[in-house]
Amino acid sequence: MSLWDFLRDPIGFLTTWFYGVLAGWGVAPGVAQAIGFALGSFILATGAMLFVMLLIWFERKVIARIQDRIGPNRIGPWGLFQSVADMLKIFTKEYITPIGVDWLPYNLAPVLSVASVLVVWAVIPFSITFYGADLNVGLLFVIAIASMGELAIVMAGWGSNNKYALLGAFRAVGQMISYATPMVVALLVPVMMAGSLSLNEIVQRQTVWYILVSPVAALIFFIASIAEVGRSPFDLVEAESELVSGFNVEYSGLKFGMFYVGEFLHAFTAALLFTTLFLGGWRGPGAEQIPILGFIYYVVKTGIVYFLTVLIRGSLPRFRMDQMMDLNWKLLTPLSLAVLLVTALTNKLLEGLALGWRVVVLILLNGLVLWVVNGLLQRYERRRVRREVTSVRRPVARPQQGGAE
Amino acid sequence: MNALQIIFLVVAAVTLASAGFVAGARRTMHAALWLVLTLLGVAILLATLQAGFFAVVQVLVYIGAIAILILFAVMLTRGLTEEQGAVHHRWWWLAALAAGGVFAVALVILNRWPGFQVLLEELPREAEAMTDWGLALVDPMRYLIPFEVASVLLLAAMVAAIYLAMSRPGGQS
Amino acid sequence: MWSDWLYVGMFFVVALFLPAAAITIAGILAPKKPNPAKQAIYECGMETVGEARVQFKVQYYIFGLIFLIFDIETVLLYPWAVAYHQMTLFGVLEAALFVLILLGGLVYAWRKGALEWV
Repeated sequence: MSLWDFLRDPIGFLTTWFYGVLAGWGVAPGVAQAIGFALGSFILATGAMLFVMLLIWFERKVIARIQDRIGPNRIGPWGLFQSVADMLKIFTKEYITPIGVDWLPYNLAPVLSVASVLVVWAVIPFSITFYGADLNVGLLFVIAIASMGELAIVMAGWGSNNKYALLGAFRAVGQMISYATPMVVALLVPVMMAGSLSLNEIVQRQTVWYILVSPVAALIFFIASIAEVGRSPFDLVEAESELVSGFNVEYSGLKFGMFYVGEFLHAFTAALLFTTLFLGGWRGPGAEQIPILGFIYYVVKTGIVYFLTVLIRGSLPRFRMDQMMDLNWKLLTPLSLAVLLVTALTNKLLEGLALGWRVVVLILLNGLVLWVVNGLLQRYERRRVRREVTSVRRPVARPQQGGAE
Repeated sequence: MNALQIIFLVVAAVTLASAGFVAGARRTMHAALWLVLTLLGVAILLATLQAGFFAVVQVLVYIGAIAILILFAVMLTRGLTEEQGAVHHRWWWLAALAAGGVFAVALVILNRWPGFQVLLEELPREAEAMTDWGLALVDPMRYLIPFEVASVLLLAAMVAAIYLAMSRPGGQS
Repeated sequence: MWSDWLYVGMFFVVALFLPAAAITIAGILAPKKPNPAKQAIYECGMETVGEARVQFKVQYYIFGLIFLIFDIETVLLYPWAVAYHQMTLFGVLEAALFVLILLGGLVYAWRKGALEWV
């Protein structure tokens, strides 16, 4: 019990201290645990939701730089408090509830869309001592809970009594379930290498980052997670030019704000998961002895991944619906299956080899798989009969000759 | 009664009630949404029974895929999405009686089984290890044949579904 | 295991409570002055025509079906992946066969044109 103990592992220190205090008061261990859980989950969830304000500021700043603007710069240093001001404003905005909405789905949707993302934070290992629940099916839990987000979107679209909202919602769900296919197949690779579904154990057994073992699986997961979030280039859910704004057109005030918070939180959570599964989570030199160091590594790695997604969001144009579906079903899904097969077979065949050599072989094979699948698909693309893209010429309104002036 | 039993009973009651709403909802979409709550309740019940894997698979497959499929199917049907008249058939009490009878019979049969009254004990973390299961799936002495047959079955289901869904009235596919 | 699931359950309740509370607080703080024009459905800015709950195309359903098949497949593969390190090459080959059969299904769907979004 010293200052060093606290600095080394603040979360573990505080937890031990808290349970110690409760035990001192004569609280039964079961009740103490329940109180600890309630308090812990409350603090973590609130922290996550407040953290979104920082994310919004960061994203606006980066996107502004990409577009050669300055971005928020008035409130606070570098405009840091812009999001706080925005939040205060949105709290005082009127809820405009259009007529004919389906009350329960309409109001449940924004809550559920945030909750479905927030729950993922319950199983994420932030450092060797700082994690909520160490579920032995953690990874499947994370994938499963994403389906709650799909439901929230369906509810929003259905409840809004709006054709465009409904169309946007079903597009969103179609996209999410489609990209879930290559995602779950690609996630079999880290599970296979770690031999566990628990996120905690996946990190602990990740002596070699799994992005090195299977860069293609990592790439597939990265693309699929961007699509799951529904950000550019996969933001055809909210294609302004066709669907006005997607499933959340009819929402206003903080109900809209919740969808916004949900989206940003989802993007960041996807980056957290990518780091956990493919970039070694909190692993790094000295992270096991000094847990706070692991937490810092984790945040830095996640920050880099998140920066990449923002960069992609700022620079790529939107896919068309059929292109989006083609990319998923005709490239990512076969590729993920091929990578799974190749990784499983090679790793088993070369079991006697040292880990380093195995990784080198796996990287080379991953490249080979990517090259072969890409070649096959390009041959298919060349032979494919396409529908004519340009439309038939239609008469255009022009000023009548000699007509009424 | 401990906390776990209370949670179990509350969740079971919610599950049953929402199952009732599935049957009683006047809009198809509402019935589908109540069905999702029912499925979620079953998942939570599985989690309280320490079958974590099944709880997660329940959410993943039943809510994530099947319920979504049902929602798509609802959106395919025209006219069904509007408010319908009364959904109560004249003989609904007969159906309720039959359901109650089946439940009673099941209860009686279960009551004869000695394990029915044994209190659930907390299993060790390793008890649910999926390693054994995974090994059993590829062991020719155990579940290898069902495992491979399952894949053929899934293939057949996919082929049949695509064949049915893609065939147009004109006989062209 | 119970304690882990208890934590997840509590977290879920908190995660539902926080946004709900925020929305309620904002509802109290915000003004409420509804009028018919404001409450009209926005849609795309024009007056709405017809029923909002429109009929959808069959493509969504087909993709949903294919997704369902693959979902069940991968769920069966997860226990296999967990046991991967304890397995012989034979076990891996069996799973490869399992995946290849389903890959056949994907090829069928592709050739049949079920993967086209038209």
